[in-house]
Amino acid sequence: MTRLAVPKTYKLYIGGAFPRSESGRTYEIVSAKGAFLANAAKASRKDARDAVVAARAAVGGWSGATAYNRGQVLYRIAELLEGRRAQFVAEIVDAEGVSAAAANAQVDTAIDRWVWYAGWTDKYAQVAGNANPVSGPYFNISVPEPTGVVAIIAPQDSSLLGLVSAVAPALVAGNTVVVVASETLPLSAISLAEVLATSDVPKGVVNVLTGSPAEIAPWLASHQDVNALDLVGAGALDWIDLQIAAADTLKRVLPPENGPDAAAPSLDRITAFVETKTVWHTKGLI
Amino acid sequence: MSFLEYAPAPESQAILNLRSEYGLFIDGEFREGHGTPFASISPATEKHVATIAHADASDVDAAVAAARRAYDRTWSRMSGANRGKYLFRIARLVQERSRELAVAESLDNGKPIKESRDVDVPLVAAWFFYYAGWADKLDHVGLGAAPAPLGVAAQVIPWNFPLLMLAWKIAPALAAGNTVVLKPAETTSLTALLFAEIVQQADLPPGVVNIITGAGETGAALVGHGDVDKVAFTGSTSVGRAIAKQVAGTSKKLTLELGGKAANIVFDDAPIDQAIEGIVNGIFFNQGHVCCAGSRLLVQESIHDEVIDRLKTRLSTLRLGDPLDKNTDIGAINSAEQLERIRELSDVGEAEGAERWTAACTIPENGFWYAPTIFTNVSTSHRIAREEIFGPVLSVLTFRTPAEAIAKANNTPYGLSAGIWTDKGSRILAVADKLRAGVVWANTFNRFDPSSPFGGYKESGYGREGGRHGIAAYLKTAAPAAAVAPAPARKTVSKGATK
Amino acid sequence: MTSTQIVPGERAVALLGGEANDANLRRYLHGIPGVDAVGLEQRAAGLGTRSIKTTSKAWALDRIIGLVDLTTLEGADTPGKVRSLVAKAVTPDPADPSCPRVAAVCVYGDMVPHAVQALGSAHGDPDQGKIAVAAVATAFPSGRSSRSIKLEDTADAVAAGADEIDMVIDRGAFLAGRFGQVYDEIVAVKEACRRPDGTYAHLKVILETGELNTYDNVRRASWLGILAGGDFIKTSTGKVAPAATLPVTLLMLEVVRDWHRLSGEKVGVKPAGGIRASKDAIKYLVTVAETVGEEWLTPHLFRFGASSLLNDVLLQRQKMTTGHYSGPDYVTID
Repeated sequence: MTRLAVPKTYKLYIGGAFPRSESGRTYEIVSAKGAFLANAAKASRKDARDAVVAARAAVGGWSGATAYNRGQVLYRIAELLEGRRAQFVAEIVDAEGVSAAAANAQVDTAIDRWVWYAGWTDKYAQVAGNANPVSGPYFNISVPEPTGVVAIIAPQDSSLLGLVSAVAPALVAGNTVVVVASETLPLSAISLAEVLATSDVPKGVVNVLTGSPAEIAPWLASHQDVNALDLVGAGALDWIDLQIAAADTLKRVLPPENGPDAAAPSLDRITAFVETKTVWHTKGLI
Repeated sequence: MSFLEYAPAPESQAILNLRSEYGLFIDGEFREGHGTPFASISPATEKHVATIAHADASDVDAAVAAARRAYDRTWSRMSGANRGKYLFRIARLVQERSRELAVAESLDNGKPIKESRDVDVPLVAAWFFYYAGWADKLDHVGLGAAPAPLGVAAQVIPWNFPLLMLAWKIAPALAAGNTVVLKPAETTSLTALLFAEIVQQADLPPGVVNIITGAGETGAALVGHGDVDKVAFTGSTSVGRAIAKQVAGTSKKLTLELGGKAANIVFDDAPIDQAIEGIVNGIFFNQGHVCCAGSRLLVQESIHDEVIDRLKTRLSTLRLGDPLDKNTDIGAINSAEQLERIRELSDVGEAEGAERWTAACTIPENGFWYAPTIFTNVSTSHRIAREEIFGPVLSVLTFRTPAEAIAKANNTPYGLSAGIWTDKGSRILAVADKLRAGVVWANTFNRFDPSSPFGGYKESGYGREGGRHGIAAYLKTAAPAAAVAPAPARKTVSKGATK
Repeated sequence: MTSTQIVPGERAVALLGGEANDANLRRYLHGIPGVDAVGLEQRAAGLGTRSIKTTSKAWALDRIIGLVDLTTLEGADTPGKVRSLVAKAVTPDPADPSCPRVAAVCVYGDMVPHAVQALGSAHGDPDQGKIAVAAVATAFPSGRSSRSIKLEDTADAVAAGADEIDMVIDRGAFLAGRFGQVYDEIVAVKEACRRPDGTYAHLKVILETGELNTYDNVRRASWLGILAGGDFIKTSTGKVAPAATLPVTLLMLEVVRDWHRLSGEKVGVKPAGGIRASKDAIKYLVTVAETVGEEWLTPHLFRFGASSLLNDVLLQRQKMTTGHYSGPDYVTID
């Protein structure tokens, strides 16, 4: 007799915990072939609110960690992803209906991209910052700092790579993230959350919501305690309305991107969510 | 006699050769606007200065079209070196005509001549000089090789530093290879129009710089114009918010430099006399019409009384009056409307229970004036501790520990600037780290330099002006996202699953 | 002439909470808030942009003359030179009898009798329109001699009729942190200023700010000089560069202002050396008026230690009177 498998319950990831949606709602996730895979939690606006609270609470610690430390913590994620690659490959094969080779390639790229971004933590400030030769007796330096809480609508047509491509760069500078996963391909996002939960990433630094982006995104776009909005995966939503909502608190906004190159790795994705702070100090010898 | 009642020392207006009417500056020449012309008055006397043309939507079209033509045919094709040389020319012309510009600015805006002469106009020249040098070095901006200009930039500027804000906008835009349509504030068009004359003297190709005058709807028409690629705005957060909504969904790049409610934090070990000067400079410079003004004084409780006492003594030496008098410290409030807002918020402050103190000043009969005012016993919940007053009104709050100072300083939706006064270097660096503000002045305040990025966090806007960051806001990478992507090839190093 | 009758020891003890020894003085002087050099210099530069015109300028020029300590401090000084200086002091502009007299002549101690003699009936309190005799003392300008020589130097000058003593502090001791020694010496010199009738010659304490170097040191030395009983604090000997600067003078005026807030006592300030142009001197008047108040612009609270300044002021004064630019042949050399 073959052994009966133990399926996983996919829940939300908020503040380092895995709650069900406060609304009690779930929705069915099916494979590319239409087979039942899981009932994912369908996050509500209150879950989004809780996620923002958790993300805000984590800003101080994460942005206050040394860049070296953030780099190590992020690199550690890549190590853990590598160790659980079989699980991700299997999920991607099921969910996206791609070949194992293609799924492997996606996992490879996602891991490598994570490593690439991990290496930026203690370098981006040197590239994006400046010592400024002002005309006067002042020490003057411009340094980039995280903007705070970044809400992300993850690419909708990718299980893992799109998610990683959007989340990793936001974390580099010390931002914390509330990410709305792909509506139809959310399982890898929760598996990634399990990796995060068992890594050294402090709770609340990444919060993962599954469910309907169309339902949740407006609450995040208008949330006054969200500093930035990455609409990379919002191309199918009323994203202009989201931008207009975001303008109420002058959030930093990245527009939707389509295609396989969405959220391609670049320094711009890091600096999109930083603030340049310029500090002046007098210089006096006597 | 009293020596301190210095005899009048008015700067001569003879240097000004103003026209009675000014048209719109489009495609290299002045032309009439299609809207109803309006009067620009001197806020110190309420006397007529000049009649200014009013651009309507058709004028905005014409200006944008001129900018587009100039962009396509001339400016975007010109070598960076030559663009730079034009900007150097402008810098020199500003220097040559600096006194004239300063007098015009003080006349039209109401700011003291010593500020327009010693701060505004020298910085204008410096801004053009700085960005002139960038024009042929764009490869080094940080966007990779051969970054491209954006196209036509729509720029809308405020009335508090009319010519300086023009320079902040135009200099980097032109250096990067964009052409511009700039709209000055309705009450302060004059120096922008004098600048148009400088553009003519510099023989800048027609259409590279267009100046259109008018009120809010002119600005909205410009920002909303379909053939604009970049929008840069400095002004209130409410208008900035409206602009952000207006450009939502378009490909226009947007930078916003908006309001502020800066905390100026004075620790008990501060260099006290310099801190007092910094407080004064922080809130009474330019009548407090400064987005980055240090309008919230956070003073350590142990030295509160002494600081307030010294501050009041110092304020009693400030001289309010004729902006063109070289000894004037506090000029006129820019408009009746602004004066009303200052009065209203100050009255609210009093009604909320804060204690009001106003320096004894003789207020001139005509014009718009507001004597330097301090509110003590202010708490963080008071409106005068939260809303931008944009006038010579200081709200004083206290704190007990550095952590409390930081918390109170950051307790605002704004995040433009902040000040720190302490003799302790390590504290300066640590506090500066934790302040959520785009510019932090330590043991100084209200310093500006073209090489130094300026701009806000949170609702104070986004984007930076000044420095390398300032020109990057007018450029895009030649090949988006190509240069920085990591090599896709991968050697498997996995220890776990194989496939 | 009169002088403040403060017992320096008592006020120092009250303020320091103990004897004026090195430890207590250090604790007190190092507890004073620091000075930010950039901010101080900016404030001074800002005051320097005041534009003093017409009636204000006329008043200022006359007042500057009335605040000058007309000075000759050369190894080559002779009785003849001092007589000439005194003549200039009494009648700065022979062509204009309305021109005020200077506040004092400032000479080396051995020249005091000649100055007193030359002044004759003009000798007296500058607040009463007379001219005082100031003598530099205490092994001026270096101050490098024994305490007893310094005290004798002082007593000699006072005995010879000096109304004011410009002493130098021991900069070496100050920089080495021996504040108690500096303090004691000022107190002792003050005592040497005592005349047989119990009155005191005015004591100006020269800090030699160019050697103290830092603004923090200037501020501490200013407090030290005042605590020890100086009637004036003075920037410089004129023998060391930099001598008086506007920022240093502003800083000293701020100390004087703070001392007045604390004690109600008014101490004078004398910038000396390097002030040659009327335009610069007017900046000092502005700085005084806007820092401690206009009431400080009197001879017993503010002086310029200068020589060539006087003729430049006279040239400006003639321009204001006649409407024409004057030239060096129209003012006298002393």
